[in-house]
Amino acid sequence: MEKILQVIDLELSFHTFAGEVKAIRGVSFDLHKGETLAIVGESGSGKSVTTKSIMRLLPETSSEFKNGEILFDGKDLTSLPESGMQKIRGKDISMIFQDPMTSLNPTMPIGKQVMEPILKHQKVSKAKAKEVAIELLKMVGIPNAEVRYKMYPHQFSGGQRQRIVIAIALACNPKILIADEPTTALDVTIQAQILELMKDIQKKVDTSIIFITHDLGVVANVADRVAVMYGGRIVEVGTVDEIFYNPQHPYTWGLLSSMPSLDLEEERLYAIPGTPPDLLNPPVGDAFALRSEYALKIDLEQAPPMFQVSDTHYAATWLLHPNAPKVEPPATIIERMKTFRGSRYYEGTDGNLGGEA
Amino acid sequence: MVKYIGKRLIYMFLTMFLIATATFFLMQTLPGSPIASYNKLNESQRAIVEKKYGIDKPKPVQYAIYMKNLAKGDLGTSFVFKGKSVNDLLVNRFKPSFILGAQAMVFGTVVGILLGMLAALRQNTFWDYGSTFFAILGISIPSFVFASLLQYWIASEWHLLPVGLWNDGWKSSILPSIALAMGPLALSARFIRTEMIEVLNSDYITLAKAKGANGYEIAFKHALRNALIPLVTVLGPVAAGLITGSLVVEQIFAIPGIGEQFVSSIMTNDHATIMGTTLFFSAFLIVVIFIVDILYGIIDPRIRLSGGKS
Repeated sequence: MEKILQVIDLELSFHTFAGEVKAIRGVSFDLHKGETLAIVGESGSGKSVTTKSIMRLLPETSSEFKNGEILFDGKDLTSLPESGMQKIRGKDISMIFQDPMTSLNPTMPIGKQVMEPILKHQKVSKAKAKEVAIELLKMVGIPNAEVRYKMYPHQFSGGQRQRIVIAIALACNPKILIADEPTTALDVTIQAQILELMKDIQKKVDTSIIFITHDLGVVANVADRVAVMYGGRIVEVGTVDEIFYNPQHPYTWGLLSSMPSLDLEEERLYAIPGTPPDLLNPPVGDAFALRSEYALKIDLEQAPPMFQVSDTHYAATWLLHPNAPKVEPPATIIERMKTFRGSRYYEGTDGNLGGEA
Repeated sequence: MVKYIGKRLIYMFLTMFLIATATFFLMQTLPGSPIASYNKLNESQRAIVEKKYGIDKPKPVQYAIYMKNLAKGDLGTSFVFKGKSVNDLLVNRFKPSFILGAQAMVFGTVVGILLGMLAALRQNTFWDYGSTFFAILGISIPSFVFASLLQYWIASEWHLLPVGLWNDGWKSSILPSIALAMGPLALSARFIRTEMIEVLNSDYITLAKAKGANGYEIAFKHALRNALIPLVTVLGPVAAGLITGSLVVEQIFAIPGIGEQFVSSIMTNDHATIMGTTLFFSAFLIVVIFIVDILYGIIDPRIRLSGGKS
């Protein structure tokens, strides 16, 4: 499959009064044409920072690329001058933000805000740009777009505002759309509508999407592939089925176990003990080791490399090393694995389409 | 919107009425009388003059007559400039004051806004510290000190501009306008810097960046209008500052403006002129605040459409 974006061994730090915060510590992933890659992880795991660094939207004065490359269209975005980035932002790569209540300019009519990237990146007349903007607003489901075009953000509801933000992001048919928790600030019924809209649009405009979220329910709904981030690193990456039904990293087990399920009879919802690592002084080995009941001695001494599970599935845990002791995942995870054909707990027959359950 | 403006107009008239009443009675408590300086008059002559100006009548009657004339727009006759109506005096004196005030207001706010933007966009650099230093000077040093310094260096030492008076066309207005502008300039710079820094950190600025907007577009198209909203609310008091500033600055530059006349009318106990000028200043300020409130709605659409914030 064609790779549209490659992030290679990216390291990024923030310089703060307390010292250097190593927010991203060697992240690598590829984004394929037309796919949706979900990046999941808890607050502070570096998922937002990773995507903001692709757009170079982090404050230039306090953030610094320490290592690595972001390859897009033959260019390394980490070293591109600001003027070069301005040509890419909004045109080739665009972004949807978390809170639609604050991400639109309150003193500018929404039509003008949608027109802006069109006028900026395409050589078209104002009248033409207006036409395109109204088309976009219609496409994202703003009723009566010709009239509402002149209205201000405060005259729209939260869900409608997010639709407008999506229209802005799509204005120039971007190759990559980065959605940074686009449904987190919306209520559940609106969340579902926005997710449907994004799936629809992806079919129509054939863009690749990086979808950041901490909501695994959303991931299952939209993603083709999933990258799990923890402590500034990707700890596991695979197709959505591989991550949900054959997870290998103890952190992924923890995440999946803490998801409420209708099938399970347990009364208490599982929570991962402890707190995320302090990235001012990141741990030497596996960042998750101190919170993991499956930690090995080597986890505290040396960071695990990525072990290959399948062509598409990789996980960074010493448990996958040939010499590692065999451990039993939590019961709920074993239940999941039983339905996945490639897993060691698979119970079905070979004819079963594993993972489709 | 129409209802809101109507309500505001009623309040404005009420305010003017209260100010007129308060000023009238406060003035009666001033020591001396408007004709105290006519010391060559004997008792009967004094009585004739008092009768002529109507100050022999009881205070409530004087008040009623004054208010009646005021309602007709007649501010009475000056005690000092014999035979001249206060209305005529104000009209003649208004022009220089208005020119100075308007120039100071425009110059002060525009330069202040640019300075504040520069400080915010180059936060924690030489430009930021420089503009902050400048703004603190502007806030803490009174306008009459600036006026004297400008007079000394630019007019007296370097002979670049006239020292004072209102007889050299526009040139005469430059120094007093600059002296008057320092206050609003400093205030706007501080306000815009603070607000701009906050606005630049907001999500919609990040979104504007994500659209590919450059630094200029972000600062002027997206950030400025939002950063202006709080400044507009303080522009009313800033205008008030300009008026009180002009009282002193006009005196220093010997400009025949309304402020200069106000001060001299107090010196000579010219009741009718004091009343007239006070009312004029009050009306001016009330109108400025009204305009500012309307302007506020124009800049911030969230207020415009709900017709008042409450």
